[in-house]
Amino acid sequence: MSDKIPVTVLTGYLGAGKTTLLNRILSEEHGRRYAVIVNEFGEIGIDNDLIVGADEEVFEMNNGCICCTVRGDLIRIIEGLVKRRGKFDAIIVETTGLADPAPVAQTFFVDKDVSERTRLDAVVTVADAKWLSDRLKDAPEAKNQIAFADVIVLNKTDLVNAPELEEVVGRIRAINPYAKLHKTQRAAVPLTEVLERNAFDLDRILTLEPAFLEEDDHGHDHHHEHGHDHDHEHGPDCGCGHHHHEHGHDHAHHDGHRHGGLKHYHDEDMQSVSIAAGDVIPEKFLPWINDLVQREGPSILRSKGILSFRDEPRRFVFQGVHMVMEGDLQRDWKPDEKRESRIVFIGRNLDEAAIREGFLACVAAA
Amino acid sequence: MSAVSLLDNVASFEAQAHVTGLGWLGGTAAFALGDGGVWLDSAGERRRVEAHKDAGALIATTGGGRLITGGDDGRIAATGADGTVETLVDEKGRWITALAARPDGALAWSTGKEVKARDAKGRETALTVATTAQSLDFAAKGFRLAIAHYNGATLWYPAVENGVETLAWKGSHIDVTISPDGQYVVTSMQENTLHGWRLKDGKDMRMAGYPAKTRSLSWSREGEWLATSGAEAAIVWPFAKGGPMGKAPRECGVRPAIVTRVAFHPAALVLAAGYADGAVLMIRLTDAAELFVRAPDDSPVTALAWDAKGARLAFGTESGGAGILTLP
Repeated sequence: MSDKIPVTVLTGYLGAGKTTLLNRILSEEHGRRYAVIVNEFGEIGIDNDLIVGADEEVFEMNNGCICCTVRGDLIRIIEGLVKRRGKFDAIIVETTGLADPAPVAQTFFVDKDVSERTRLDAVVTVADAKWLSDRLKDAPEAKNQIAFADVIVLNKTDLVNAPELEEVVGRIRAINPYAKLHKTQRAAVPLTEVLERNAFDLDRILTLEPAFLEEDDHGHDHHHEHGHDHDHEHGPDCGCGHHHHEHGHDHAHHDGHRHGGLKHYHDEDMQSVSIAAGDVIPEKFLPWINDLVQREGPSILRSKGILSFRDEPRRFVFQGVHMVMEGDLQRDWKPDEKRESRIVFIGRNLDEAAIREGFLACVAAA
Repeated sequence: MSAVSLLDNVASFEAQAHVTGLGWLGGTAAFALGDGGVWLDSAGERRRVEAHKDAGALIATTGGGRLITGGDDGRIAATGADGTVETLVDEKGRWITALAARPDGALAWSTGKEVKARDAKGRETALTVATTAQSLDFAAKGFRLAIAHYNGATLWYPAVENGVETLAWKGSHIDVTISPDGQYVVTSMQENTLHGWRLKDGKDMRMAGYPAKTRSLSWSREGEWLATSGAEAAIVWPFAKGGPMGKAPRECGVRPAIVTRVAFHPAALVLAAGYADGAVLMIRLTDAAELFVRAPDDSPVTALAWDAKGARLAFGTESGGAGILTLP
C-alpha cells in the first residue's frame, strides 16, 4: 500500500529534551498534522485532539521468538487512528525515558495490521550532551536508544565545552556510526531533519562508511541562512573544519583541528559492522541473513541493507530489529548509480569476522 | 447452485467515512463513523447526527434500543432511532478501549486497565485488571461480563462482591465472546489463533491456522456454531455436543480475500461474511449455497449486522461504502 502512514518513534533518556522537541513539533507551523502517542498525559502543553495517552504495555509474542516483544497498546491505538485517517498526516510515538526502543520498532514489523497501514519512518533519539557519556556507562537503556537511532539529536551542547562535545560524539559514533547526528540547544533542529525522513534514510547506508563519514553529508549550505544553533554532524571527525565557519557559533569548534584525528572510542559491548560488496546471489543471501538473525537476533539490535541481486533490475532493501526483519524489491537501480550491496548491523558483541565471511560467501562471482 | 446474486435487493449509499460499527434500532439501521457521525437509515430515509463532535466513534454496539458508541473523545454516546444523542459516560479524553451493552440498557466499558459496569438501574461498579481490558462481552443470562486482556480473560459478576474468576492463557487476547448458553468463553489472540475455555471443567481449546487475526466472532442462534473471520473463508467451529475439540471447522465462502466480518442470521443457519476486498456473501450452512450481496471494490468490510428478524442485512466498509440488503 503506497499510502502507509509514516511513524516517527521519539526516544531519549530522562531529561534529554524529548518533550521540548515534541512541543516544538506540535507548536510550529509546518503544515502537517500529527497524531501523537505520548506516554504521559499532561506533559504536552498544546491542545490537540489527536494526542493519545499510551500505557507502554510490552507483550511477548507466543511465536517461539524469545526477543520478540511488541507494544500491545500501540497496536490498539493505531487500529483506532486508522479509523480517523484523514485527520492527520503522520504519527509520532513518544516513549518513556527508560524504554527499550525494540518493542516499539518490532510492533511495526510483527503486527500485520499495523505494518499494512503504517511504516516506521525513523527512530529519533534525543540525547543530553552533558550526561550522555555517563549514561552510556551506567544505563543500558541509554545505549540501546543510541544504537537504535536513525537520527540523533545531541541536545544541550551549550552545557559542554568543545573537547567534551567531541568526546560524546566519539562515544555515540563508537556505538552507531550511521545515524544522522544533529547538535542542538533546546532541541532546535529543523523538523524536516527529524520527521518523515522516509525509509529510515536507508539510502544513507550505501554512501556511508564510518571511516569516510567526514566526506559525506555535506548538506550544510543552508546553515548560514538561519541563525539557529543547530548543526549537522559531519561524521565522527567533526573537527574537519571546512564547513563550519559560516554560522555563528564557533565556540563549538576549537582550533587545533586534528584532521582525521577523531578520538577513537571503542564501546566495550556495542559495535557496528558494515560490509560492502558487488552483486549477491539471492538464493544464498536470503537463507544466510534469515539464519543469522534467527541465531544472533538477541544481540543484533538493528540491521539494514541495500542489495544488488544478480540479474535483478531492482534494489532489494531490508531492515530489521533483533529477529524480525522485512525486505522487498523496491525501485530500479538508476543508470548512473553504482550497483553495490551493503549491509549494516548494530549490536552487542557481534562476531564481525563470521558475519563478513558469511556475507561474502553470498557474493556472485565477478 | 446457479450464481444467483442479491445485488438488486441492496440499497447502497455513501457513508463518507470509515464505518466503524453498526446496529439495528428496530427498523432503523445505525452506522457509526470514524469521523464521529452516525447515519440513521429508516427504510431508505437517511439522516446524519453527530455523536462525537470533532472526534471519532471508534467502537459501537447496541443496547437499550440505541446505538452505543465509544469515542476517542473519551465519551460513550447513545444515539436513538429518532436522532437524539445522549452522553452516557465521559472519561475526559481517555479513549474508550472496549464497550459492551445489553438490551436492558446495562453497559460496560474499559479505559486501559479500568473496567466499569453500569446496570440497567444505573448502579456502577469498577474493576481493575492487570493489563488493558481489550474487549468486553456480556453473558446472555445473568449480569456477567467477560474481559479479554494479556495472559487470559476475566469473568466478572459486577453485582457480586469478589465475583471475579480468572481464565489464564499466555499471550495477548484481543476480542472475547461468551457462547449463548454461557458454557464457553472464546478469545481471539495476537498470534492469529483463537483460544477457548469450557467453563464447566476449565478445559482449554486452541483453534489455530488463521493467516490473519480474527477480529469478528458470531454465534449461531442456538450457539452450536461459532463463525470467525481471519481466513480466506469464514471459519465456522462446531460447538454442539461438547465443543470443537478434535473436530474440524467448516470453511464457508472460500474466496481469494480475507474475511473481515461475520454475522450469523438471527434465526436460520445462514451466515453473512464480509471480505477485505469489500465483497459481502450470504452462505447457507446446510448446503454451502452462496449469494453475492456486495461486489468487491477493494475496501475492507468493517461492519455487518442483521436486523432482529433477519429480514435485512446492513453493511459498511472502511472507505465509507454502506448498504442495506432487504431479503426478497
